[in-house]
Amino acid sequence: MKILVCISKTPDTTAKIAFTENNTKFATDGVQWIINPYDEWYALVKAIELKEKDPSTVIHLITVGGADAEPIIRKALALGGDEAIRVNTDSSDSFTIASQIAAVAKEGGYDLVFTGKETIDYNGSAIGGMVAELLDLPYVSLATKFELNGTTATINREIEGGEEVAEAGLPLVISCQKGMAEQRIPNMKGIMGARTKPLKVVEPVQVEALTKIVSFELPPAKAGVKLVPADQPEELVRLLHEEAKLF
Amino acid sequence: MSVLVYIDQADGHIKKSSFEAASYAAKVAGQTGTTAEAIVLGKVSDDLTSLGRYGISKVHHVADDQLNTMDSKLYTNAIVQAVESTGAEIVVLSHNVNGKAIAPRLSARLKAGMVPGAVSLPDTSAGFVVKKGVFSGKAFANISLQTSKKIISLTPNAFTPVQQEGTAEVVPFNATIVAPAVKVTATNKVKGEVPLSEAELVISGGRGLKGPENWGMIEELAHLLGAATACSRAVADAHWRPHHEHVGQTGGSIAPNLYFAVGISGAIQHLAGVNRSKVIVVINKDPEAPFFKAADYGIVGDAFEVMPKIIDAVKKLKGV
Ligand SMILES: Cc1cc2nc3c(=O)[nH]c(=O)nc-3n(C[C@H](O)[C@H](O)[C@H](O)COP(=O)(O)OP(=O)(O)OC[C@H]3O[C@@H](n4cnc5c(N)ncnc54)[C@H](O)[C@@H]3O)c2cc1C
Repeated sequence: MKILVCISKTPDTTAKIAFTENNTKFATDGVQWIINPYDEWYALVKAIELKEKDPSTVIHLITVGGADAEPIIRKALALGGDEAIRVNTDSSDSFTIASQIAAVAKEGGYDLVFTGKETIDYNGSAIGGMVAELLDLPYVSLATKFELNGTTATINREIEGGEEVAEAGLPLVISCQKGMAEQRIPNMKGIMGARTKPLKVVEPVQVEALTKIVSFELPPAKAGVKLVPADQPEELVRLLHEEAKLF
Repeated sequence: MSVLVYIDQADGHIKKSSFEAASYAAKVAGQTGTTAEAIVLGKVSDDLTSLGRYGISKVHHVADDQLNTMDSKLYTNAIVQAVESTGAEIVVLSHNVNGKAIAPRLSARLKAGMVPGAVSLPDTSAGFVVKKGVFSGKAFANISLQTSKKIISLTPNAFTPVQQEGTAEVVPFNATIVAPAVKVTATNKVKGEVPLSEAELVISGGRGLKGPENWGMIEELAHLLGAATACSRAVADAHWRPHHEHVGQTGGSIAPNLYFAVGISGAIQHLAGVNRSKVIVVINKDPEAPFFKAADYGIVGDAFEVMPKIIDAVKKLKGV
């Protein structure tokens, strides 16, 4: 079996969010970069679990980005995966990214394509669905559990107020979230091994972007907290009822 | 040319987030000088003419039983057929669990620029620009859609639906449907609970509550207010509460009218999932807890002393 895991580079969860160039660019000064947590903790670890069950499984990682994404993909390789592919294009448009992944996936003949549920910077939840459409494959989004029995997959996915269990044959595209797998820490052997795993750089296919980010803005500052004394909790209830009119 | 809104349903009932999407679509239609029509898939028990109250003129209904559960491919095919037959240029959906599966497929199929998770109406003064949340609630981005066809998926609870007089005309729509590749075999719903993603009021607990046995007060307050319950990652990781209650940067992202946080420190990753809430209330015994900086109301105090009194006051207010 062949699995393609999509890996994105995102700012660390504690990174300061600020913008430059008249609010058109994210201020990257001093920002630490990490593997998008959904890609790492759930998509990648799930693929690794599948390989542990069936060692003949081949895992390829793919990232779409410039050379500055390589440390991130090496970090991912330290957790697991056999080789990585970087599509050499800088991109901020989901359709462009998905088209690159779909082009590689088509060539590679994968049984499974895993993505994270969304990136923690763009929050699009778009790549998996677009890749599936471009490949004309079934897509199960927001998966919390995935089991494989031969070539039939059983997938739990989030719905409002619960979960849905579904069955589908391979090939399949899945977006992964909490529940799929447990976060792992790379060990020394993994980190050493990652240095020599192949990292292939491929040139992008030509695609027209469908969207463009014109500017960023920060949310308006909060007015400040109104503190109610601890011995008068009923006053808080009154404020929520009469002032904020919440109930 | 019209605006087409996809109306999502569960068990035959239209979801609240879809009424928001319908009303949003009607407003966009008004902005662009056209009308808003809707597409509904699968069996429904709700009265579809009532979508007229949200500004929808016509509802196209595909009552095929194969569409009673969501398969993103089938749904996309049906919606694309409706787009073709209505000549719609703009498709609106809710950015809910199903919208997240369907919208990107539609975008790729129609080569239509998409704004996933819109939070306000388009700005059409120069081009077509829609605001969405980015950096997990820490910022917004204005996205320009450069294609003639456009997809907007609307963040739940970000747009207040406007109701008016009116009934929509409901017409059957004959879409070609093939067998689904993804077959739903079971649905496990937490009974009697308000789904977190749709909730207007949310009561949430953190590690400060010491253990799962102390969640009675969170549940009681939620029950009294008709609120959903949520928790911090630390709590879900400790298996005190189910995973689906985990909110934050790596859990659910919510924007309720009230987020009521008890014994949660307010770590930056937690705030990322909840800071779009309209009103934030924090109960924490530590006056230095970072959550107070993001709060509208707060009590510095011990949850175990404060919460029972809050519950009593709410009971008195509700007359129970
Ligand atoms: C990459 C990454 C992603 C993360 N994603 C998320 C996420 O999505 N969501 C999330 O929640 N966290 C996330 N975290 C974890 C986050 O950093 C915090 O560790 C977590 O939110 C802490 O949970 P907590 O506030 O419940 O617990 P604690 O930090 O232990 O805080 C407990 C709070 O309760 C208060 N308290 C204690 N006793 C009482 C009492 N009797 N009465 C009142 N108050 C009391 C304390 O003063 C304290 O403020 C993430 C971390 C990382 C590194």
